[in-house]
Amino acid sequence: MPTLVYTESGLHPSDAVRDEILPAGKGWLHIIKAGQHFRILDLEGNQAVDTLFYNASDPADRYDAVATIRAQGNIFLTTGTRLMSSEGNVLLTITADTCGRHDTLGGACSAESNSVRYALDKKHMHNCRDSFLIELANSPQGLTKRDLAGNINFFMNVPVTPEGGLTFADGVSAAGKYVEMRADMDVLALISNCPQLNNPCNAYNPTPVRLLIWDPPAGAA
Amino acid sequence: MDDEKAILSETLRGGAMWSWTLKRGTSLRLIDSEGGANVSALFLNADAPLERYNMPDTLKAQFIAYLSKGNALHSDMGRILVSIVEDTCGWHDTLCGPTDARLTEAKYGASSYQRHRNERNRNGRDNFLVELGKYGLGKKDMPVPINFFSKVTVDEDGNLRWQPGHSRPGAMVVLRAEMNVLVVLSNTPHPLDPASAYSPKPVRVEIRRIQAPGPDDACRISRPENGRGFQNTEAQFV
Repeated sequence: MPTLVYTESGLHPSDAVRDEILPAGKGWLHIIKAGQHFRILDLEGNQAVDTLFYNASDPADRYDAVATIRAQGNIFLTTGTRLMSSEGNVLLTITADTCGRHDTLGGACSAESNSVRYALDKKHMHNCRDSFLIELANSPQGLTKRDLAGNINFFMNVPVTPEGGLTFADGVSAAGKYVEMRADMDVLALISNCPQLNNPCNAYNPTPVRLLIWDPPAGAA
Repeated sequence: MDDEKAILSETLRGGAMWSWTLKRGTSLRLIDSEGGANVSALFLNADAPLERYNMPDTLKAQFIAYLSKGNALHSDMGRILVSIVEDTCGWHDTLCGPTDARLTEAKYGASSYQRHRNERNRNGRDNFLVELGKYGLGKKDMPVPINFFSKVTVDEDGNLRWQPGHSRPGAMVVLRAEMNVLVVLSNTPHPLDPASAYSPKPVRVEIRRIQAPGPDDACRISRPENGRGFQNTEAQFV
């Protein structure tokens, strides 16, 4: 059986400097400052939170899924995982995780991939890439589709079999599970709270998530 | 399948970079002449390079974490860039990306043009940036590469395992272009190759004309998802 390790955080929501609910189907673009902690909380269970991070001072230096996998020699993200950038920098480090593993192979859904994966007539349905694109189009940083790379799917479980099969396994998340990370530099976070209605991974029911940010403890450098 | 006679045939020495606009209706054959090669490869739509290989969409559509015969490489636009019509190697890595300068120096030691001339240790990422630059493309345009001739498996806890001795001398893979595809190759070591010496092997590259895929083409029918990807692609060339 796979080993899942759970780690709790000592931070309290009452101390957070930001605490908001992101409904399914919505995007979110926000700066997280070096030293701040960022928590994503799965309110109702098995919700996919498609997430990208950028070096805030140079968005070409961005979250790199295969660099992250390569650096730790493991495909799952959990406590201790350093989220690596394309330039080999550490963007954030996961510091707490009550879910146990998160996916970074599955990418984001799009209108076009809906047409391939499900049926040609599913192209009209709302999808993560559309949420990403509208956030990028409205971004003060002037980001575009070129800024989209392979993302993280927080709370998703996508194991690979020894024979090389990619499986969409039963969720390991549940209502109230969370993942928390510390920014190792100023980062820009881009989230699509996944609206997918064709995939059993979220029980065909996309749900809201809670996003919290804490400032570094007083006296921290 | 593809023609007897190659339109282009050349050998990439260890460390080499290479690019080519692979026209729809032609094939790219990669041959690991000596065994133990690794070729990192990028695929973009040559006519509109904002469309490019999408690793997650390719893997999800086919429920796989590696590539072999019968598979197709999907773009982020729901279309097929190239499909794998022949493969005597059996497994090509999709998960590990290219080497970069930092990793190459950490593993093989410092290497410079001043000291080593053209025998210096080149790395995948910089090779890609040089070749992409020739088409006006840069860091933001680099998709995840496929590492041809390398096998990396994943255990149930998610740990990567590089498989030694995977590619045999003469191993070959044939890719059929389903649209006009910009192919960028870097003949540099696999990032997880434990060998302490920098010694990428020569790789043969051949281009040929190839028949268009019929309705019962193996890549088209291997998954219904591939069938829809072919449909989305062919609609552009009617």
